Amino acid sequence: MKRIVTATVHNRSGVLNRVTGLLSKRQFNIESISVGRTEVEGVSKMTFVVEVEDNRKLEQLTKQLNKQIDVLKVSDITDKAIVARELAMVKVISNPQIRSEIQSIIEPFRASIIDVSKESVTVQVTGKSDKVDALIDLLRPYGIKELARTGVTAFTRGHQPQVAEFKPYSLLK
Amino acid sequence: MKVKDLFTPLFPCTNLRAYKEVEGEEGLFIFSRNKQEGLKMKAQASVKEQTATRTGADLLVEALIEQGVDTLFGYPGGAVLPIYDAIYRAEGSFDHILPRHEQGAIHAAEGYARVANRAGVVIGTSGPGATNLVTGIADAMMDSIPLVIFTGQVAKGVIGTDAFQESDIMGITTPITKHNYQVQEIEELPRIVKEAFHIATTGRPGPVVVDIPKDISSMVHNKEIDSDFHLPGYQPTVKPNPLQINKLHEALVEAKKPVVLAGSGVIHAEASEHLKEFVRNYQLPVTTTLLGLGSYPGNDDLSLGMAGMHGTYSANMALYECDLLINIGSRFDDRLTGNLQHFAPHATVAHIDIDPAEIGKNIPTDIPIVSDAKAALESLNEKTVKALDHNEWMKQIDQNEAEYPLWHNQPEEAIVPQWLMQKVYEYTKGEAIVTTDVGQHQMWAAQYYHFDRPNRWVTSGGLGTMGYGFPAAIGAQIADPDSTCVAVVGDGGFQMTLQELSVLQERGLPVKVLIVNNQALGMVRQWQEKFYSERYSESIIDTQPDFVKLAESYNIPGYFIDSQEALEAELPKILADDKPAVIDCRVLQKENVYPMIAPGKGLHEMIGVKP
Ligand SMILES: Cc1ncc(C[n+]2csc(CCOP(=O)(O)OP(=O)(O)O)c2C)c(N)n1
Repeated sequence: MKRIVTATVHNRSGVLNRVTGLLSKRQFNIESISVGRTEVEGVSKMTFVVEVEDNRKLEQLTKQLNKQIDVLKVSDITDKAIVARELAMVKVISNPQIRSEIQSIIEPFRASIIDVSKESVTVQVTGKSDKVDALIDLLRPYGIKELARTGVTAFTRGHQPQVAEFKPYSLLK
Repeated sequence: MKVKDLFTPLFPCTNLRAYKEVEGEEGLFIFSRNKQEGLKMKAQASVKEQTATRTGADLLVEALIEQGVDTLFGYPGGAVLPIYDAIYRAEGSFDHILPRHEQGAIHAAEGYARVANRAGVVIGTSGPGATNLVTGIADAMMDSIPLVIFTGQVAKGVIGTDAFQESDIMGITTPITKHNYQVQEIEELPRIVKEAFHIATTGRPGPVVVDIPKDISSMVHNKEIDSDFHLPGYQPTVKPNPLQINKLHEALVEAKKPVVLAGSGVIHAEASEHLKEFVRNYQLPVTTTLLGLGSYPGNDDLSLGMAGMHGTYSANMALYECDLLINIGSRFDDRLTGNLQHFAPHATVAHIDIDPAEIGKNIPTDIPIVSDAKAALESLNEKTVKALDHNEWMKQIDQNEAEYPLWHNQPEEAIVPQWLMQKVYEYTKGEAIVTTDVGQHQMWAAQYYHFDRPNRWVTSGGLGTMGYGFPAAIGAQIADPDSTCVAVVGDGGFQMTLQELSVLQERGLPVKVLIVNNQALGMVRQWQEKFYSERYSESIIDTQPDFVKLAESYNIPGYFIDSQEALEAELPKILADDKPAVIDCRVLQKENVYPMIAPGKGLHEMIGVKP
């Protein structure tokens, strides 16, 4: 099952190495990791998308992460109400004739063209991973020259539904 | 509290007074360099006014003294020259043990830590010095041994340029340390040292590496530095959740077939007395892990001995058949559990561990208790004791013990290792510190030497490090100079670190090195015999040094013993002697360690339970 796990960490040297090393040492499959600073000085947030077999393995993941001295907090937010976003840039082969065709494809995705050259356009798209996937699939027939994705970053919504009204909902299934 | 030892101030700084106090006989040092406090003490030393220069290395020395460190295991080299200079100038502050290989230093520090139950401190230089420490760091990580390891590093300016003797020791040791640091600024050094000791010795103990670039250790720094630390990400849960304790208590009074499994967590938490009280209150059968030996008296009626691959039949069957398993401070290692499918299949499993990640890692747990073993046992012991209805169970266990005790061959003349271990036990009255290497002799020592108290048994469990036993004995003997210390080693493993005989020679340390000499890599040979149709690939070693001459070349008495008669005549004298000794004891090569759970088999499928 796919899970989104976030960790706030002390931004000390070696912390990224320690965390990623731990994940590979314990054989966790990481789909993506994104890291960035937070509103607190010296504290960063990591967002992992992981593929784990079962709850036991998931529990191990969060416990092992928590055990690291510089890890302040670990949360599995998959089943919470969350906002999760990813950014992708896609360089698509295109000549002036099909540029407008591409424009019309990306419009419903609220993506934008951020660079144009003679043989290519670069599309930027932000959103949930499945939306990004869908757009990439649509662009693929034109020929993708280059693709870069940031990986998911996520946190919980300001308002969490009460348990009674809570419907387990996973962005990533 | 009496002031026994007063030493001259270490740092040529103005207005700094240094005191060392020794409390009782236990070697607990309290150090204060606080002027106010110092004045309250009876003795003081005054320092001559000097123009002060204090380097990063002096800060390190100062911080070590503040931590109560009095023993260092280390080996000098280019990147730690400033540190060794500071140690030199701090004359008399430390007993520095110089092994002949860094691996010897770190295993000695492990032995020291295990017996003294405090952090062992290691120093190594950059590059090869640091990489030579790696095996010991991994070993300490696996067995939760508190160590603080200082490695030199090339100067900050050249880190990352493949400078002479540079190695990425942070990268190398990240997966095998509880935590590691590279000091980036001199101002951080005192804080990092403090944190390192705190992390190494609290919660689940483990090794912490502090990598110090040479420019930092040689940099002059005279200002006072604040060393306070705050580790919001490291707050071990020490006290148990009372609701979970209630749950365990309820399960206990209901249990018909309870058993306690004690691991080294009990020893680290100094909870043996609490365990005794708990076990005796309810008359519970107790088995221990390899590393848990000594956590509960091995000779006690309620003790089943060790469990696991070479554990006793009664211990393993108790784990197999129990309806309540109370694991205190063991991590359910695979050498203990055997095939997980057959591990305690009918039991409610309660697991007390200070490391939450161990709970549920290998065995699904019904009653998880995250806590220090002592605190959990204290809470349990506060509950009303109720006599259990478990007579049938105890009878069954007694029957197993009577029917399937440990057994071995007993030839007329020749020595078998099992008999040898019994003799060592007898001659030392069970009171020696026993360290072992890894292999058959280790299992026999575990089976036949019964420990009645903790901190007497020093062995490499998790990593199974050959070459561990002898240097560990050096550290153990230094931690407890008055006890008899026997290093039980194989002829194979001893040859991995025997260069440390120099340390015995140098210090006259009375360690008794008992080579259980089967002229083979016995454990490998046994597996080849049983599981590879006797194809003894590279496991029979006929060529050996003359161990007696070897010992003599270090000015250490060497003995050759190859019969029961000779052993009975000589060993008691050797063990009672206050000199070091190397004993080449020839044993039958083809003895196997039994009983055994073959790889992949369950607890109830032991082989070799009867002759
Ligand atoms: C450093 C290291 N290398 C290899 C092994 C694998 N190994 C485990 S036991 C053993 C044989 C040990 O032989 P010896 O020291 O003579 O002891 P014995 O088993 O004969 O008592 C070996 C090679 C190990 N545990 N550690």
